[in-house]
Amino acid sequence: MQTKDINEQIKWAQINKDVLSSMENPRMAYWVAVAVCVAMIACAAAAVGYVYTTGQGVLDLYWPEMWGLFIATFIFWIGMSHSGTLLSAILHIVHADWRKPIYRFAEAMTTFSLMTAGLFPIIHLGRMWNLYWVLPYVSDRGIWPNFRSPLAWDCFAIFTYLTSSALFLFIGMIPDLAICRDNAKGWRKKLYTVLSLGWAGTDRQWRHFRKTYLLMACFLIPLAVSVHSIVSSDFAMSIMPGWHVTSFPPYFVAGALYSGCAAIITLFIILRYFFRFEEYMTIPILEKTCKLTFVIAMAWSYLNLIEFAATWYGHDAAAKEVLWDKFTGPFSPYFWAMLFFGSVLPFALAFEKLRRHLPTMFVVSLLLNVGMWLERWMIVSPTLSLSYHPFAWKVVWPSMVQWAVVFGSFGWFGLLFLVFVKVFPSVSMYEVKEMVYHRRRAHEEDQAKIFHRRTSDPQPAIDTPSA
Amino acid sequence: MSLKNILENWSHYRRGIEQGGHHKYEHMWGMALDLNKCIGCNACSVACYAENNLAVVGHDRFAKNQVMHWLRIERYWDEPDLDKVSDSTSQYQEHGASFLPMMCQQCNAATCEPVCPVAATYHTPDGLNAQVYNRCIGSRYCSNNCPYRLRYFNWFSFYESSWPAPLHLQLNPDLTVRDKGVMEKCTFCVQRIRVAKDKAKMENRKVVDGEFQTSCQQSCPTTAIVFGDMLDPESKVSTLWRTHQVELGKTKQAKQNRELRGYRVFEALNTEPKVMYMERVREV
Repeated sequence: MQTKDINEQIKWAQINKDVLSSMENPRMAYWVAVAVCVAMIACAAAAVGYVYTTGQGVLDLYWPEMWGLFIATFIFWIGMSHSGTLLSAILHIVHADWRKPIYRFAEAMTTFSLMTAGLFPIIHLGRMWNLYWVLPYVSDRGIWPNFRSPLAWDCFAIFTYLTSSALFLFIGMIPDLAICRDNAKGWRKKLYTVLSLGWAGTDRQWRHFRKTYLLMACFLIPLAVSVHSIVSSDFAMSIMPGWHVTSFPPYFVAGALYSGCAAIITLFIILRYFFRFEEYMTIPILEKTCKLTFVIAMAWSYLNLIEFAATWYGHDAAAKEVLWDKFTGPFSPYFWAMLFFGSVLPFALAFEKLRRHLPTMFVVSLLLNVGMWLERWMIVSPTLSLSYHPFAWKVVWPSMVQWAVVFGSFGWFGLLFLVFVKVFPSVSMYEVKEMVYHRRRAHEEDQAKIFHRRTSDPQPAIDTPSA
Repeated sequence: MSLKNILENWSHYRRGIEQGGHHKYEHMWGMALDLNKCIGCNACSVACYAENNLAVVGHDRFAKNQVMHWLRIERYWDEPDLDKVSDSTSQYQEHGASFLPMMCQQCNAATCEPVCPVAATYHTPDGLNAQVYNRCIGSRYCSNNCPYRLRYFNWFSFYESSWPAPLHLQLNPDLTVRDKGVMEKCTFCVQRIRVAKDKAKMENRKVVDGEFQTSCQQSCPTTAIVFGDMLDPESKVSTLWRTHQVELGKTKQAKQNRELRGYRVFEALNTEPKVMYMERVREV
């Protein structure tokens, strides 16, 4: 049974070779995947075109159900984007070095899921061509967006997060891009030459690089937390029963990390299988990710319970009725499915046997994300169907046009990701080398004395390793 | 507007004049609606269609709730008397219907206003909750945050099929026809308010109570609807509010006398609706 996170005897050249070869010669399966994604996007594009030309009514949205699946899926994708920040920024700061082989694709996932999420509020607008009115640009007429509106905050938060996470992804890739530059030919050589910004690996460059990277990490963590808190305030700031919940910001952030981690497991297994990354995306690292997901799942379940209890003991009749309707009303099958996938299924992650079994983990991680998608839908729709005014109690089911757009968004995300893995290194070569280096040193006797000691042990005499 | 001023007087900016706040109103248009007099004839709703160029959406879209009635007559039924309604063939009973005409409540602390990302809905100095069609981008957040669900969205370009010739000739030229993707709602016939205000200004006087009527008020055969300026203590609507001891800035009215029938829908939510209903007197 493999217990070490990474093969400590691996050669530097081998790492370069493995990762660089993953970027070359796409096989048949790759082109099939691209074709599927493009077909999915075409499906969504046709649906959006239909909505654009006829009107939002074809979505089968109608009074009083004004939002529906688009906003639910928007929250879902925003949530997905939190995984990258968790792995690359939070785990970077707490020095969890097992993140190093898998953080690059998680970070790419962050950027791409934000690019997917951002499309939904745009296409759900009645007059999407006027979207830019939400931006605070200076106009002759002195008209500004409404700074009190959570939707305007959303716009700022998502743009900020998208720019920062794309920058973070790029900055973390610079040393790797230099490796690519040194090994590439043709158009790739030109591309990497520009992107690697003249990286030569000098001491000075590394020092600046470390500082920038750490600074970006520190900047990104509060940003990630605030983004989903702001998305949650779309609901928490309203006065509607089932939306006006104080615990929504942490609940949304927990849900976001949860679905992000589950997506990391899915992509981990896919990349490991197709790119033969067994040396880097190892079973012990998967296990650690699974444990992390389990913890977040439990935090999410706890926050769910808090919401139920607060509503139940709060004695707000309308909110109570919405909650009760979720458990017993027309949405109940989906609500129970969400509770099962979100709170019961993650217990599969608690067993080592299951954690080490890749097909099981693949299916479980997909189902966890189904549960998280259902969660978002169960936040949006039941409240709209059953709010304060009894006259406006209507249950509305989304039309195929809505489903087509939701379906297509997965194709859009998939296509971006597929392009990414062939153009950029999806495993961080320089950080894997660092990890291997530190792991090797940790086993040397004098180093072990330093690394493997409790705080109460006497301080060993340190020989500086460079000496 | 200095920062110091904002910090010191923040609560004043957030409150209306009725709560001792900052806003100065020229008028505060309000309504009083006597449900005792309402016979549920729908004349007000029809008049609203004619006055405000409301789209006629057709049977299918009506059934789908994509209807644009700014003023809707809500029907509520008594609990069926199971002894009398033994055969369940008819969907509705013979007796026991009551009606609640609902139009935008023009809340003074409207929940739809702060959530609009582009400030397409805002409070006018007339105390109206205005909707600027040209500014609306159709995010529909306002409707989601309206506890009364009194905002209607143009799901399609309804105007294309609403008024086949020669019906388009009956459109009211005083206001626009709305295109798809825009939210709309009752305006208290703002075009009539504008005309009355302009006329009063030309003649250098104040708007007189009863000088103009909203279209629903005008068409009501039983005069159940009373409309007027609530800042004018002598106006009919102010008198009614005072008689029924309903106060605008309250979330719970202090009155004890059950003979006073005035109430407002969801006033406990602190939206400060400006439409007062007078409860229907029922036989027990």
